[in-house]
Amino acid sequence: MDFLRPAGWSEALEAKANHPDATPIAGGTDVMVELNFDHRRPETLLDLTRIEQLREWSRTERNGVPTVRIGAAVPYARLIEELGTTLPGLAMAARTVGSPQIRNRGTLGGNLASASPAGDGHPPLLASNAEIELESVRGSRTLPLADFFTGVKRTDMAPDELIAAVHVPEGTGPQQFSKIGTRNAMVIAVCTFAVALHPRRRGVGTGLGSAAPTPRSATEAEEFLAGALAEDGQWDDPRPLPASVTERFGELVARAAAPIDDVRGTAGYRTHALHVLARRTLSWAWDEYRSGTELSGRQRCA
Amino acid sequence: MSDTHAPAHRPQDLDDAIAGGVGESPLRPDGTLKVRGDFAYSSDLWAENMLWGATLRSPHPSARIRSVDIGPALRSPGVHAVLTAEDVPGRNLYGLKDIDQPVLAEDVVRYRGEAVALVAADHPETARRALDLIEVDYEVLEPVVDAELAAHDDSLPKVHPGGNTVRYQPIVKGDPEVTADVVVSGTYTVGMQDQAFLGPESGLAIPAEDGGVDLYLATQDLHTDRKQTAAALDLDPELVRMTMSGVGGAFGGREDLSMQVHVCMLALRTGRPVKIVYDREESFFGHVHRHPAKMYYEHGATRDGDLVFVRAQLYFDGGAYASKTPVVVGNGTTLGVGPYDVANVSIQGWGMYTNNPPCGAMRGLGAVQPAFAYESQMDRLAEALDMDPVELRIRNAISRGDTTPTGQVLDYPAPVAELLRRVRELPLPEAPAAGAEPDIRDLPGGASNTTHGEGVVRGVGYGVCIKNICYAEGADDFSTARVRLQNVAGEPLAMVHTAAAEVGQGLVTVQQQIARSELEVERVNIHPNDTSVGPAGSSSASRQTYVTGGAVQAACRAVRERLLAITAERFGEPAAELSLSGGKIVSRESGVLADIAEVLGSEAIEETREYHHRETFPLDERGRSERAQVQHAFSAHRAVVDVDTELGLIKVVQLDCSQDVGKAVNPESVVGQIQGGSAQGLGLAVMEEIQVGEGKIRNPSFTDYLIPTILDMPPMNVDVIERGDPNAPYGVRGVGEPPTISSTPAIVAAIRAATGRDLTHVPVGPEHIIG
Ligand SMILES: Cc1cc2nc3c(=O)[nH]c(=O)nc-3n(C[C@H](O)[C@H](O)[C@H](O)COP(=O)(O)OP(=O)(O)OC[C@H]3O[C@@H](n4cnc5c(N)ncnc54)[C@H](O)[C@@H]3O)c2cc1C
Repeated sequence: MDFLRPAGWSEALEAKANHPDATPIAGGTDVMVELNFDHRRPETLLDLTRIEQLREWSRTERNGVPTVRIGAAVPYARLIEELGTTLPGLAMAARTVGSPQIRNRGTLGGNLASASPAGDGHPPLLASNAEIELESVRGSRTLPLADFFTGVKRTDMAPDELIAAVHVPEGTGPQQFSKIGTRNAMVIAVCTFAVALHPRRRGVGTGLGSAAPTPRSATEAEEFLAGALAEDGQWDDPRPLPASVTERFGELVARAAAPIDDVRGTAGYRTHALHVLARRTLSWAWDEYRSGTELSGRQRCA
Repeated sequence: MSDTHAPAHRPQDLDDAIAGGVGESPLRPDGTLKVRGDFAYSSDLWAENMLWGATLRSPHPSARIRSVDIGPALRSPGVHAVLTAEDVPGRNLYGLKDIDQPVLAEDVVRYRGEAVALVAADHPETARRALDLIEVDYEVLEPVVDAELAAHDDSLPKVHPGGNTVRYQPIVKGDPEVTADVVVSGTYTVGMQDQAFLGPESGLAIPAEDGGVDLYLATQDLHTDRKQTAAALDLDPELVRMTMSGVGGAFGGREDLSMQVHVCMLALRTGRPVKIVYDREESFFGHVHRHPAKMYYEHGATRDGDLVFVRAQLYFDGGAYASKTPVVVGNGTTLGVGPYDVANVSIQGWGMYTNNPPCGAMRGLGAVQPAFAYESQMDRLAEALDMDPVELRIRNAISRGDTTPTGQVLDYPAPVAELLRRVRELPLPEAPAAGAEPDIRDLPGGASNTTHGEGVVRGVGYGVCIKNICYAEGADDFSTARVRLQNVAGEPLAMVHTAAAEVGQGLVTVQQQIARSELEVERVNIHPNDTSVGPAGSSSASRQTYVTGGAVQAACRAVRERLLAITAERFGEPAAELSLSGGKIVSRESGVLADIAEVLGSEAIEETREYHHRETFPLDERGRSERAQVQHAFSAHRAVVDVDTELGLIKVVQLDCSQDVGKAVNPESVVGQIQGGSAQGLGLAVMEEIQVGEGKIRNPSFTDYLIPTILDMPPMNVDVIERGDPNAPYGVRGVGEPPTISSTPAIVAAIRAATGRDLTHVPVGPEHIIG
C-alpha cells in the first residue's frame, strides 16, 4: 500500500489527479474501520492531515448571507468548542458523534465523503441549507448538499476531486438536533432529525438521517410549517404553537422518510420516532424563539 | 459433614465473625499496567521467525462439503501451509462435555462460522488472502433453527447422527398436578448474549525439539485445553505445554477451544512459531455465546401469597455443538424456581442442537434465563394477588434448612429474605430539584438529545436470584496449588504456583493474600500459570476463590506444618504449641523463638495440595439428588429506571445490589465483581443481543452488538454481607455470577412499572415499549 502525504492543498489535488483511486484519509475513523474489517483494500492512501488549510474555518459572506466556511478536516471536537453558538445544530449533532476520541479525530469532510445514511453531520447541514465545495486540479465547484448525496454511501464527487470545505449559512434562529440510538452514547443512529428556524428569511429547514438511502430534507413539512407560521403572524408575535401544527409537522416529517428494517431498528419504529422527534424538537426550538433567544444551543451539556 | 476427598478440606465454623488477615483490598499487581495500556495480552505475543495463521470458516449454517481444493492457496507466495480435516493428526473431535465438535469440518458444516481449513503465511494479510483461494464446494442444506421445534418434531433433519437433543432433564418435587387459588402463566424469551470480552482469541504456538509444542495463549482452563489439544494432535499431554499469556476477559467465552489445536497444527506442520489472532468479527464466530431460551412458566399460589407450585418447560438453543449445553440444562432446571421454597415443582428442560451458532458457557450459566422468567412471574403473581412484589418474594424466600426442588437441604446460610429487605432499604436517588433544567445526559437518550423530560416515566423494580457455585452433579471439582517457601535475599518468600486462570477477576491478588495470611510472610510471588503444576479447573462457575483459594490455603498449611516441625525439633518445643506471626515463629510458652528466615536457612519447603470440595451427585430421572450442587449464592437488585415511553428509550438511573459473599477475601474486588456483573446484566436487559436469522449472525461487530457505556451504567449502592459457608475455605461464597443474574429482571421490572407493558423478551428494545 502506498501512503501519500501531501504537505499542501495543491499538492493534494495533484496527487488525487495522478491517483484517482487513492483513498483520502483524514481522521481515519471510517477508513481504518473499513481496512480492519477488510471491506476496503486501497492500493494508495492519501493522507490529508498535513494540510493546514483543511483544518481552518472562517466567517465569510455568500450571496449576502453571513456564512461559515468549514475546512473539510475540522474535527467534531472543534465544531463543538468553536462553533457551538454560531452553528448550534451542527454542534449538537457533533456532540452525539461517537466518543471523545472519535470526536477528536473524526472530521466533517470525512463524514460527508463517507455519505453513510447515518452520518450525523448531514441533517443539521441540510437544515441550514449548507453547500459543499469540491475541488480538483480542474477547478472548484460548489453545490447544495442535497445534490451531493446520490445514494447509499455514494456521492457526486469525481474521482479526482476532494472536499475542500462546507459552507454553512449562520443561524438566525433556534436549531435542534436529536438522534435515536439504543444506547445512551457511542451509537450509530437509528434515525436522526434536525430542524432550524430561519426567522430572517421566514423559513424552516429540516434534515433526516438514517431514514432513507440518502440524508434528506422533509420539504413538505418545511413548507407547511413556514406557511402556518406566516399565516398566523407567528414570526413577529410568537405564541405557543397549536398542537395541530406540531402534530402535522411531525406527520409530514415522518412521511418524508423512506426507512428500512435493519439490525438497528424497524422501518415502523423509525417512522414513529421521527414523528415524535419532529414534534419535540420543533417545540424546543419554538419555545426558544418565543423566549427571544436569538440562537439555540446555550448548551445543556459541555 | 462428611469429607470424602483429600485431607485438604476442613469444615470450619465460620457462620459469624470470620477472622484472619485475608479481608484487605491490596491493589492488583496488573492494575496499573492495564490502565496505562502497558499490559501484554496474548494478542501481543511475538516470536522470531513467526508465521501467521488464519481460519477459513463456513459461510453456511448447514451444508455438505463435496470437495475442498487447497491447491491455489498453497501455491500462493508467502503461504507455508494449508491444512484441512485430513491433516488433523489425532482425534478430529473435541468438546467440554460431549466430544462432538470437529477441529476442522470433515464432510459437513453445522454452523455459519465453523472452521474448515487453516493457512499459515508470513504475513497476516497474505494468510487472509490465501483463505479466499481455497475452493470449497458446498451442497447447501436446510438449517434447523428453532430449538423448541427441534425438541418435538422428529421430521426435522438431524444436526448430529444421534438426534437433536443434547440433554433432557425433568425435575419433579411433590405433586406436580396440584392446583392453587391463584395461577399466573407466561412465556418468556431471552436473546443470545455475547461475552464481549475485549481481548480477542489469540495464541502463539512454538514447536519444540522434543516433538511437542509450547502454546502461549489466553484461556480459562489450561489443563482442559491441553487434554483436548493433545488428543487432537495425537501427542502425549506432557508434550503439549501451555502458558497463560495475558487474558483480556473471558466470561465463559474461553472455556471451549478456539484456535488452540489450529495454531499448534500449523506450528507442528511448518516447524515455525505460528500466531493466530482473531479480529472482532471472527471472534463472534470463534466462541460460544449465551444460550437463547424460550420458557413457559406457570406459578400457583394461595390467596395469602404462599407459592403452591411452579411448572415450567425450558428450551435452550445449544446451536451446532454441545459445549456446555448439558450444564445449562442442569443449572436451568435445578434453579428454575429461583431462590424460593416451593413444595410442588415440575420443570422440564431441553438443550437442543440446531444449526445456530454454538452456545456454551457465559457468566450465570443456565441461571440467567430462568431468572428472567421466574422473577417476571413473581411480579405477575404479586399483581394478581395485589401484593407488594418484595413482600411476596420475602414470604416465599428459601432459607437455611429448606429443601431445593432436587431434594437438597441447604446446610449453610441462605439469607434471601435478608438481602431483599436490605436492598429495599438502600437510599433511592434524589429527585431532581423542582424547576431545575435536567442535564440531558441524565435522561433517556443521553447526549443524543431526544427528550427534555417529555414522555419520561420512572419505574422501580426488584430481582433476586440463586446460582450454584462450582461444578455440580457429581463432577470431581478440584484445584491444585504448589507453594514454595524459601529465603531470597535473606527474606522469606512464598511462591504460589497454580494453573488457575487470571481472567481479570483478581485471582492473582487473592492467592497472594491467602499465602500472606497463612504463612505470615510479607513477600509472596505468583508463578506464571502453566501446565507444569496440576489442574485448577476453569475460571468459571464463580469457583476459583473457593477451590484454588482452598488449594493455596491447604498447600500453605502443609508448608507451615513442615516449618513448625523443623522449628519444634530445633528448639525442642512441641509443634502443636507453635504458630506463625509477623514473619516469626512463636511458641505459646516461650514467645518468639526465631524469624522464619532464620529457621529456613538455605532450605526450601515446597508442598503441593489439591482441594476438592464436598462431593456432589448426579440427578436421577426425576431430577432428585442428595446434593446436586455444592453451594448456592444469592443476590438481590433494585433498579430505578427512567423510560421515555413515547420513544421507548431507557436510562437506568440507579442499580443497587445486596449480595451475600460468605467472606469478602478482597472487599474491593468483590464490589468490582458486583458492579461488572450488574453491568453485564444491564446489557442483557436493554441492549445486548446477537441477532441470528436463518442461522446467520447479523451483527458481528461492536458497531451493532452494543454493550453498555459509562452513560448507560448508573452509579450503584453495593451492600455486601458475609454469612460464611461453614463448608468453604474461609467461608467464601462465589461472587462473580449472581449480580449478572438478578440485575436483568430488576431492570425489566422497573421498565414494566414505568410503562405497564408485559415485556416478555430481553433485551427490551424500543419497539417492545412503544408496542
Ligand atoms: C467508534 C466510532 C464511532 C462513530 N460514531 C459515529 C457517530 O456517532 N456518528 C457518525 O456520523 N459517525 C460516526 N462514526 C464514523 C466516523 O467517525 C465519521 O463518519 C467521521 O466523520 C469520519 O471522519 P474521518 O475524518 O475520520 O474520516 P476518514 O475515515 O478519514 O474518511 C472517511 C471517508 O471520507 C473520505 N475523505 C476524508 N476526507 C476527505 C476529503 N477532504 N475529500 C474527499 N474525501 C475525503 C475518505 O476517503 C473516506 O472515504 C464513528 C466511527 C467510529 C470508529
